[in-house]
Amino acid sequence: MSNKILIANNICKSFHDPITVQVLNNINFSVDKGEFISVIGKSGCGKSTLLYILSTMDTDYEGELFIDGVLMRGKKEKELASVRNAKIGFVFQFHYLLNEFSVLHNVMLPGLKMAKYSEKEVEHRAYEKLKVLGIENEARKMPNQLSGGQKQRVAIARALINDPLIIMGDEPTGNLDKKNSEIVFNIFKELAEVYHQTLLIVTHDNEFAARTNRIIEMEDGKIIKM
Amino acid sequence: MRYKLIASISKSLLLARLKQTMVAAIGVTFGITMFITLLSFMSGLNDMLDGLILNRTAHVRLYNEIKASEKQPIDLSEKFKGHYNFVSSVKPKDDKAEIRNSGAILRSLAADDRVVGVAPKIIAQVFYNVGSIDLTGIINGIDVDEESRLFFFKNYVVGGNYLDLKNTPNSIILGKGAAEKMMANIGDVIQITTSKGDQIQLKVVGYFQSGIQEVDKVQSYATISTTQKILGQPTSYITDLQVKLKNVLDAPAVAKEFQKKFNVDAIDIQTANSQFETGSSVRTTISYSVGITLLIVAGFGIYNILNMMIYEKMDSIAILKATGFSGRDVNNIFITIALSIGIFGGVLGLILGNALCHVIEQIPFNTASLPTVTHYPINYNPKFYIIGAIFSIITTYLAGYFPSRKASKIDPVIIIRGK
Ligand SMILES: Nc1ncnc2c1ncn2[C@@H]1O[C@H](COP(=O)(O)OP(=O)(O)OP(=O)(O)O)[C@@H](O)[C@H]1O
Ligand SMILES: [Mg+2]
Repeated sequence: MSNKILIANNICKSFHDPITVQVLNNINFSVDKGEFISVIGKSGCGKSTLLYILSTMDTDYEGELFIDGVLMRGKKEKELASVRNAKIGFVFQFHYLLNEFSVLHNVMLPGLKMAKYSEKEVEHRAYEKLKVLGIENEARKMPNQLSGGQKQRVAIARALINDPLIIMGDEPTGNLDKKNSEIVFNIFKELAEVYHQTLLIVTHDNEFAARTNRIIEMEDGKIIKM
Repeated sequence: MRYKLIASISKSLLLARLKQTMVAAIGVTFGITMFITLLSFMSGLNDMLDGLILNRTAHVRLYNEIKASEKQPIDLSEKFKGHYNFVSSVKPKDDKAEIRNSGAILRSLAADDRVVGVAPKIIAQVFYNVGSIDLTGIINGIDVDEESRLFFFKNYVVGGNYLDLKNTPNSIILGKGAAEKMMANIGDVIQITTSKGDQIQLKVVGYFQSGIQEVDKVQSYATISTTQKILGQPTSYITDLQVKLKNVLDAPAVAKEFQKKFNVDAIDIQTANSQFETGSSVRTTISYSVGITLLIVAGFGIYNILNMMIYEKMDSIAILKATGFSGRDVNNIFITIALSIGIFGGVLGLILGNALCHVIEQIPFNTASLPTVTHYPINYNPKFYIIGAIFSIITTYLAGYFPSRKASKIDPVIIIRGK
């Protein structure tokens, strides 16, 4: 149990609008520390839905979710927010950087929110993360001055700032061209191998999936292979 | 630390929409400016109008009302005790309006430490003789020094020197309107007829202008001793004692007490001038409601800009929540934005309101009926500024409350899925 960062027990989820459809059906799996996992499956099979539940953003489901050995059910909105803040890094298909803040400040925001380190330290750490991703030279720029690939790397740096237990990604390369996808994949690979970062990435790219440690394949709201 | 982060996010969002937030802030500024100006001006005007009457009115007036005795002889009879006695056509007995024992009362009042001072007064009904026509008039016999000290007599003497009244024997200060009717100049000698039919000549040493025309056509002033002579009364004869108190609000209670203690009639300023209170409070209410209405309109401006901002910043709110900001943090961010707009606009409004008051104060305001007023009156009461500041904060808080709550309830999953 101690090595298991995330455990999903019998997770079920239904949407009731316009008619009741069960989207996730008895999802059972766990994630060990340091694993680099990809989740694949046909469009509409429930990958994103699952990821939002695992990331604690969606609380409307049945079953149990343990993160770092702690049951997430029954926690208050504020407590879930701090779980996301400290333990989960999320990378979306779209970068979602705040245009009002510089690249560096965007990366710093979750760190400042956690308030574990002083502002100076958070700034230093953010700079280090940008360095790992090879974009430290863009630190002072505004997000709209960056290319799509660079923006996605900033979003990854932001996900890393609080040294999360796990990084979740929902098609983080979905919006990128071949070359940039390759760069992002290599970053994930490096994070997994060098820093032993745990990663759970949803992808459509089978080539991408094939190069990860473990593939979870879904179909119609069920895990068919893992 | 936490608050610093919220503040810095608020600031960035504000600056990103600088133009709109400025418009919203100017709305508040306008509201507060008008609120301050209106109240300062209205209350300056109120003070002036009140001063017109109330400054010159005794807080408690002691006098002797000529009225029929409440106890008729039959009530004293043993035989008719326990009966209902009806006496018709009761007349007051031949009693004078004089306050008996006025010397002792004056001494007793001088020792009372609630009392600032007492000005004795006699009122004499006379006719001013203008050729063959008689105009009705009232001569107020006053103690010039005390009347000046307590009731600002000298401020209302517009021609001549008020001290001449004391220094020249048999002199009179005529009401401005009366003087015009009689065509009497300073230095002229006029003739009056007393109610007993005697004719007396008095020298005009000045004009008196109260600002109320009806009063100025009738009222004139002379010293107590001159008036006693006019009435043919001894030097102890006093009909009114005008008491000025340290605290006006004590007047009703003190009037009751004096009435019992000195066995005279007493009326307090509040009872005697209740219509002025009503006028003042109506004007004040109008100013407050106009000011507050303007602020509410400004509040809607803030409400709009925040709603727009939240709509535009859905993505940012979603990502903040996804990366660990709680609903409460998001709520605080937008409340901070609203309050910043309110405080900035409010402070600017207070400053501009004060400036506008100074401008209005410079505008000349000359009217024949108000000799002591040369410029528009302004009351710089700090109370208005405090109320203005509090109201601007309350309205902006309320205007920010609902949009902020909406922002805090945004579900990040819905936003992120929608992309
Ligand atoms: N808010 C909603 N209301 C009703 N049904 C929904 C809602 N959101 C998603 N669904 C349905 O749930 C199912 C799973 O959606 P989900 O987004 O998880 O698919 P996905 O596996 O991520 O697909 P893709 O690969 O295209 O992103 C789909 O059939 C979708 O129509
Ligand atoms: Mg999806």
